[in-house]
Parts: sequence; C-alpha cells; structure tokens
Amino acid sequence: MFCELNAETGVKSPLDRRSFLKCALASGAALGISGVAQPAAGMPSGTASESEDDSRFVSEAKFYQKLPNRKIKCKLCPRECAVGDKERGYCGVRENRGGTYYTLVHSRVCAAHVDPVEKKPLFHYLPGTNAFSLATAGCNVNCKFCQNWEISQSRPEQVPGQYTPPQRVAELAKQNSCPTIAYTYSEPVVWSEFLMDAADAGHAAGIRSIVVSNGYMQEEALKAAYGKMDAVKIDLKSFSESYYRQVVTGQLKPVLDSLVTLRKMGKWTEIVYLVIPTLNDSDEEFRGLAQWIKANLGADVPLHFTQYHPEYLLKNLPITPVPTLERAKAIADAEGLHFVYIGNVPGHPEQNTYCPKCRKMLVERVGFTASQMLIRKSSCPFCQQPIPGVWHV
Amino acid sequence: MRTMNSNSRRIFLKGTLAGAALLCAGRKTEALAAAVEKSRVVVAHDALLRGSGSSVDPQRMLALLDRAMQSLFGHDDAWRKLVRPGETVSLKVNALGGRGISTNVQFVTAICERLQQAGVKPSDIVIWDRDSNELERAGFHITMGGDRVQCYGTDRVGYEDELAAYGSVGSRLSKILTQRSNVLINLPVLKDHDGAGVTIALKNMYGVIHNPNKYHPNGCNPYVADLNMLPEIRGKMRLNLCDATTAMYEGGPGFKPEHCWNANSLLASTDAVALDHTGWQIIERKRAEKGYKTLTAEQRSPSYIATAADAEHRLGTNDPKMISLVEV
Repeated sequence: MFCELNAETGVKSPLDRRSFLKCALASGAALGISGVAQPAAGMPSGTASESEDDSRFVSEAKFYQKLPNRKIKCKLCPRECAVGDKERGYCGVRENRGGTYYTLVHSRVCAAHVDPVEKKPLFHYLPGTNAFSLATAGCNVNCKFCQNWEISQSRPEQVPGQYTPPQRVAELAKQNSCPTIAYTYSEPVVWSEFLMDAADAGHAAGIRSIVVSNGYMQEEALKAAYGKMDAVKIDLKSFSESYYRQVVTGQLKPVLDSLVTLRKMGKWTEIVYLVIPTLNDSDEEFRGLAQWIKANLGADVPLHFTQYHPEYLLKNLPITPVPTLERAKAIADAEGLHFVYIGNVPGHPEQNTYCPKCRKMLVERVGFTASQMLIRKSSCPFCQQPIPGVWHV
Repeated sequence: MRTMNSNSRRIFLKGTLAGAALLCAGRKTEALAAAVEKSRVVVAHDALLRGSGSSVDPQRMLALLDRAMQSLFGHDDAWRKLVRPGETVSLKVNALGGRGISTNVQFVTAICERLQQAGVKPSDIVIWDRDSNELERAGFHITMGGDRVQCYGTDRVGYEDELAAYGSVGSRLSKILTQRSNVLINLPVLKDHDGAGVTIALKNMYGVIHNPNKYHPNGCNPYVADLNMLPEIRGKMRLNLCDATTAMYEGGPGFKPEHCWNANSLLASTDAVALDHTGWQIIERKRAEKGYKTLTAEQRSPSYIATAADAEHRLGTNDPKMISLVEV
C-alpha cells in the first residue's frame, strides 16, 4: 500500500489533496500509526490541534540565538529569520514564544509510508531494501514546482498529524522490516530536532537513517543533524543563483557549501537535479554542474537527472522531454562523472548501474525496485573495480 | 435649393466650434473631477472613549463609530448603503496580539449592532481570524451555528484546496472568505511590525491565507500588494475600519505594553492603501514623540504600501495630495 509521493525527485504524484490524505491515512493505519493523517469530520484539511494535544509536539528548538526585545534569530538555515514574539519563521513550523524559539513539529508525523530506497532516489545505498519514510509539515524554501506542497507549504496545524515519538518511529521501522528510516517528503531541515532524536532511537535499535533534503542549511546545524545520517540525498535544484532566487526562493551557494561539508564528513551523498524545460536545461548549466561536482565532490558521486511534471505554481511548462535528460547525461558523462542516472522515466536503461571500467550492468532497476544486484564486496564482480556506495546491510 | 453664403457658413462654423468646445470643456470638467477625486480617510477620535477607566465605553464606542461612518460616507444611512439584507458579511479582525493589541471587542460589537440595524441577520455576520484560540485570547466568544452572530477561526472550517495566485503569491484561501462572505469588512489594528514596518489594513489579509510565513521576506514587499490583488479579496472588500483605540508604535506585532498608547481613535476608508499610508504617518509621529528613529531610518519602512499603489496594482493611493484626510 504505497502512495506515489515524492517531493524531492519530482516524481509526478497522481494524488490530489483528498486522495493524498486518504492514502496517508490508509498507509498510516497499515503501518500501525493509527490515525495518521486522519482528517477531522467534515474538515478535509483538518487540524492536528483538534485531535492531538499540541504541547506534545512542542519543544525548544536548537540552532537559534536570542536577541533583545524577545526576538530571536534562527540559525538553522541560511535565511536566518529574525522572528519577533508570537511570530513564526519562513518555514512555518518554528515559533517564537516570549523570546524562546520552539519547534512545533517534534514527533508530529503527517505522512508515513514504506518506500523502496530507490524511490528517494538513493541508488548506491542498500539497493532492494525498504525505508520507513516519514514527514512532518514545513519547508524552508518554496519551490514553484513542489510535488508535495500540500504538506511542505502548510503549517503543522493545517495538516493532520499523529504523535509518533522517536522510539515509536524506530519500532515501526523494525515492525515493517525496514533497515532504514527516511526523513523525506517535506523538508527535513526544518524538523531537524525530531530527525536527530529519531536517528538516535533508530541507531539504538539497529536501524539506519537517511535524509532527503534541499541542503539549504547552516554548517553547524548540518553537521549536528546530518552527522547522524547514514546517507544523504541532496536536491540540487539548479546551478544558477537566479534560478534559486526566482524559482526556489533560496540560494545556490549555501547548498554547494553543504555538499562540500557532507563530502568532508564522509557521508554517502547522492545528488538529484530536476530538469525543467527552459529554466535549468541549458548545456552550459549541465556542464558547469558536472564540472563543479567533479572538482569539489569527485567523479564517484551519483548524479540523477530527473523528469519534471507540472505541479503547484509551475504548471505552464511541459514534462521534460526524455532527449533533454539524455543530453544532460551525455554532458555529465563527457565531463567524467562515473554514475549519472536518468530518473522518473520508467524503463529507461540509464536507471541501471554500470561499472565505470568494464561497462557491465551491475544493478538492474525496474520501476523503483532493484531486480538484479551483482555488486559483491563493493566491487564489480567482472573486473573488480571498486563501486562506491553502501551496498550491504 | 438653399445655399449657405460665406457669412452664414462662418456663423455655422463658429457655432459648431463653440459647441464642440463646450462639449470638450464639459468632458474635460468631468475628467478633471474624476482625476482629482481623492481617497477619503477619516480619523475619528474621542479623548473620553475610556471614561475614567481603562476599558472602552460601549456607548462612546458606538458614537465614535457613527461619527466615522457619517464622515466617511457623508450621510447617516451609511450601513444601509454598504450592505444589503441577505448578504453574508465577514468581519476580519486581527487577534494575534491577545487582549492587549487585538481588534477591540467593543468596537466589533458596535459594528455588529449597526449591521443588524441595516437588516443583516445576526447569523449572516461572521467575526473571524485564522485561529479560534487566538480569537478567544483576544476576548471573543467562539460561536458556530444557531442564530447569533458567528465567531470562529479558519481552523474550524479549513482552507480551500485550490491555490489562488497573483504575482509572487500562491495561497489557499480561508473558506470563511470564499464560502461565508459576500462582503468583507477589514478590521485591523494600528501597530508597528518588526519586519513589515507597520501592519494595518493591507497586511491584515495575511490572516486570510494558509501560508503567511512565506511572505515576510523583503519587508513583505511585494507580497502584501500581490495578496490584496486576489479577486476573492479585492472583489469582496467594501470597507476598512482600523481600530486605533490602542495602538503600538514599536515592538510589533506581538503585544508590548510599554510601546502602546491609548490613541482612542478609529480610522475609516474604502481605500486600504490611503488608510495604511495615514496610519503609518500616525505611527511615525508617535515614534518621533517617543524619541525613536523613523521606520525608514531603521530600514523597515513599509514599502509594500507604495507597491500597492503602483501602476500594476492600483489598489489605492499613497499620494498625500490625493488623500482627503478628515479628522472628526
């Protein structure tokens, strides 16, 4: 019972809002989270506050600085919101109450599903396994193409939520035979406190953690929160500051800095680039991106070019043509990247992993499942070329 | 066959030209009149609004409201011109600041009384903001159903599923606005805002949407102006009545008693831009009186007001020469 839900990769969600909530409810129930996403009677966009005690979700935020006159400055993301008393930050899920900053979404799960890890997508991380995937409301940017805007661009009280503390998250992952917890769908940056606690609970129970994120985060927070992750997928939405400013409402530079920091931390990281016709699909941008990755992160970082589908505030552009994705891949290949994938195009052969040395297929993927996995001891079985990644539980 | 001699032709041409000139002059006069029509902003004040106590006297409040409306519309029957029986009227208050700096309950009660006298059924009146708990903390009693005046937050009915979009704004609108309102009456408060400069009439519409947090960067500019362009807001808005019984010149939007003063006033206008410009100047004067820098000097002047008045938005005027300020 999986819902097609993927904000980060741009996989087209076939669900409208009502269907999403219905699906989230069904999935939540199936996963043992009774009441997840259950709307109050007669209120499709009902509030958690009516069914749950809000105080259970509220805890003092990390990563902020107190200012005079009961103001605070958030130090979680580069936006550095200066937030007055009774106000919230840009993300909508952190609130200043009398000069103390609080997260309103700790343990406030609004979506929970068991997804193949390939759906994140992470292709070099435990292929063929499932991830217990969850989200709270909120995001620190406002991408015009967001696939999950119903939860990412909402305040926590506007979407049904279920109290699911870290221990419970770990239990649910285990019950559902998931070796991994995935923090995904909305933007985990803004629920870092919950993510950190859930990762600790998971690790104590032998469950790993991965995060699907925009990487728009301050370095200290990134190290503290994503330092607890076993793998990271970053949505690099463009290689242009103007695009970040106009389409994402963010900045490119801090995201690049985050990628470099993750590299220095030794975190397994994969990059997704959602290709949107006319906005970020030029040869120059693809080439610049590939060159930057190779120079700063290395040739072995997987790069996924994924297909855009019209959604949210960006509905006037067509679905990305497959030849555009193939052009992007050809450019990145020519620049020397070893693992360049094409995503959101079912059946495309560039979803598979090939050995960069002997070119033999090592992982075959059908849809979101790995149908064949030949990598042994992190190497190609044909030529013994090391294949970077986290391949075995 | 009659012919026109040169003399009569001259007379004819003269007459024709004179007539044309007269016609042109007439049109020009009308155009001129339209061009110079100013936006009226009324500032009604009652120094004794609170009598000897700290709370507002209901009777004086009603009299102050009547004075403001009479001055704004030029006659005593203003409410009957504004609303018709059968219309659903929503009163968008600002309840963020608790009892200290939210829309005054006595003020709203006075408006409800006049609306009912104009023929609007009590149950067709909704007092609202985004959150019922905030309304209660501001002193309102939540009422849903029955034949009394309704009062509840959007949290009770939710937001539309579909996005409403204009310019930089894409938001889900409160169902109170879309489904429970033929007429929107905006009842903001007069206060300082640490990000936007001031929050008065235009910015009060942030309480109508699901994602106001997305629209605070850059001093809320151009977001405030773009939001007020949404047809559901622009098309239903008939009046702005700003509660300045208590106002705040610094430290907003949260309640800071040390920065509040009893202004004992109401601001009224059908032009939200002109009202906001006027309110901004009142706050600046109080800031100067208290020894604070101007909002411009603090680099947080409310630039969204000018955007709302620009050629793209035309939501009203911020030109002092085009604002007819009436103090009563």
